Amino acid sequence: MTLTYYLVLAAILFTIGAVGVLVRRNAIVVFMCIELMLNSVNLTLVTFARATGTVDGQIMAFFVMVVAAAEVVVGLAIIMSIYRTRRSASVDDANLLKY
Amino acid sequence: MIEAPDLSLAALAPLLFIFGAACVGVLVEAFWPRDTRHPVQVSVALVGTVGALVCTLLLAGSREITAGGALAVDGAGLFLQATIAGLGALSLLLFAERSLDPARSAFVTSAAVPAGSPRDRELLTSTRVQTEVYPLASFAIGGMMLFTAANDLLIMFVALEVLSLPLYLISGMARRRRLLSQEAAVKYFLLGAFASAFFLYGLALVYGATGSVRFSDIRSASLADGTDILLVLGLALLVVGLLFKASVAPFHTWTPDVYQGAPTPVTAFMAACTKVAAFGAILRLLYVAFGTAEWTWRPLVYGVAIVSMIVGAVLGLTQTDLKRMLAYSSIAHAGFLLTGVIGLGAGGEGSGLAATMFYLLAYGLTTLGAFAVLTLIRVGDGEATHLSQWAGLASRSPLVAAVMALFLLALAGIPLTAGFTGKFAVFRAAIEEGAWPLALVALLASAVAAFFYLRVIVLMYFSSPAADGPTVGVPGLPTTIVLAITATATVALGIVPGSVLDVAEQAAIFVG
Repeated sequence: MTLTYYLVLAAILFTIGAVGVLVRRNAIVVFMCIELMLNSVNLTLVTFARATGTVDGQIMAFFVMVVAAAEVVVGLAIIMSIYRTRRSASVDDANLLKY
Repeated sequence: MIEAPDLSLAALAPLLFIFGAACVGVLVEAFWPRDTRHPVQVSVALVGTVGALVCTLLLAGSREITAGGALAVDGAGLFLQATIAGLGALSLLLFAERSLDPARSAFVTSAAVPAGSPRDRELLTSTRVQTEVYPLASFAIGGMMLFTAANDLLIMFVALEVLSLPLYLISGMARRRRLLSQEAAVKYFLLGAFASAFFLYGLALVYGATGSVRFSDIRSASLADGTDILLVLGLALLVVGLLFKASVAPFHTWTPDVYQGAPTPVTAFMAACTKVAAFGAILRLLYVAFGTAEWTWRPLVYGVAIVSMIVGAVLGLTQTDLKRMLAYSSIAHAGFLLTGVIGLGAGGEGSGLAATMFYLLAYGLTTLGAFAVLTLIRVGDGEATHLSQWAGLASRSPLVAAVMALFLLALAGIPLTAGFTGKFAVFRAAIEEGAWPLALVALLASAVAAFFYLRVIVLMYFSSPAADGPTVGVPGLPTTIVLAITATATVALGIVPGSVLDVAEQAAIFVG
């Protein structure tokens, strides 16, 4: 079993997430793409933990999950507050600040 | 059997102090009666920050690695922690100002009520104040202090999030112009989370390359096999995540929007403290973990320093809003700070570390003061941040105009102000490391940037005031204290910088 496959898969997921952040318009979808990036990092960490024979990577994956959960709480609160006012979660509609 | 890691409580005292105050603040928020909560919250937050400042000063000179190797307590870390705690205490005083806004606070009463709804209009004039910002700001300050002390990448990541998450929230809590503020919060959050994902992927790659995230292990691994592509790629991603927090161009796009939209006290806090924390982390990462593999990061930092100085200086020229202008100024200053990082030299032998630390202190005090002046000039019920509204301010309020002129001159780096000493120190460090082309670009960028600072001064002193111009608010005690301290320090660090420079030089050592 080659661990490289897992690393390549994680890199592909990370890229999909990063491209999604750049091209999608809905704040919730952008946020989901960021979560995808974080999860691809988890996959990378666990794979490297397996490759190096240490558990550090697996423990770090737990840290990442906890931090991601905290980020969801804060992020959804912020997106919710702007959605209630504007009735839209599109990042293109938030255009008062520019230049 | 799991062995408990060694934990030096004395060395951790500053962090325990500020995080303790933040937790007490949360309890006060839950249990203290609402009508007397504000003074209590302010006191708790101030006790936390000032206590942390005193603890760092008492610890001066100690040098150890504690918490199982995860935290480093050393001269440079303590200097930066003291800077963050001091600037944080001053920012909290700005938060606590109650005599400028007619509704007695710069923060929205209830952030959950939709902007513009009948309930929101009802609350707009009520003098009920919201006190959640104090524990949130305390957590952010604690995260920043942890950020500069982190001795491994995982702790650094956790600290990054602990400092960022409260900042996302409090930048969306302005009482006036709530739509702008909420938009700033969304932009800051989405881009900030995007940048942390990059930092995290960098962490994973470095872990894969070296088998550890401890800085000392990374250093020995980079010595043994410095050409590992995984390691270099991981370092690049880590640096991108940190440069985002430090608002260095080309990762700066959030800065003008967030600085403009956030409540001005929060902008002051972000401009001063986040910058110190982010550069503290950059310095520690590059010095301790990658100091021996200087060639891996030098070209990257060299390039972004030039881009940042040029973007900040040139785009700053076109701004008509003072908060945006100061945001571009902060981008340019991030570039100047990176010249100091280049001055670290191979293995950290250059004078860049001390110079950058001094620059951070000087810049933090000056920019905090400039934003504090911004909160005084008001039109209607909000702040007058458009340039044209500042015309002829000197004839209306000579003192406020003089103080603002002082801060702008310091930001421009005119001699006899703190800004000049700081710039001189970082440019000299860069030249000593042979980076004279960088110093040349920095000088040219300073000259361009000086133009837009001086334009405001000319506008204040040599234009006739508009008929329906803004009013100059009379600051209460907190803002007065902030203005007095920052203005005095700006002058003092310009005229007699010797003692502080000496302290910075003695402190300029990282353990690892």
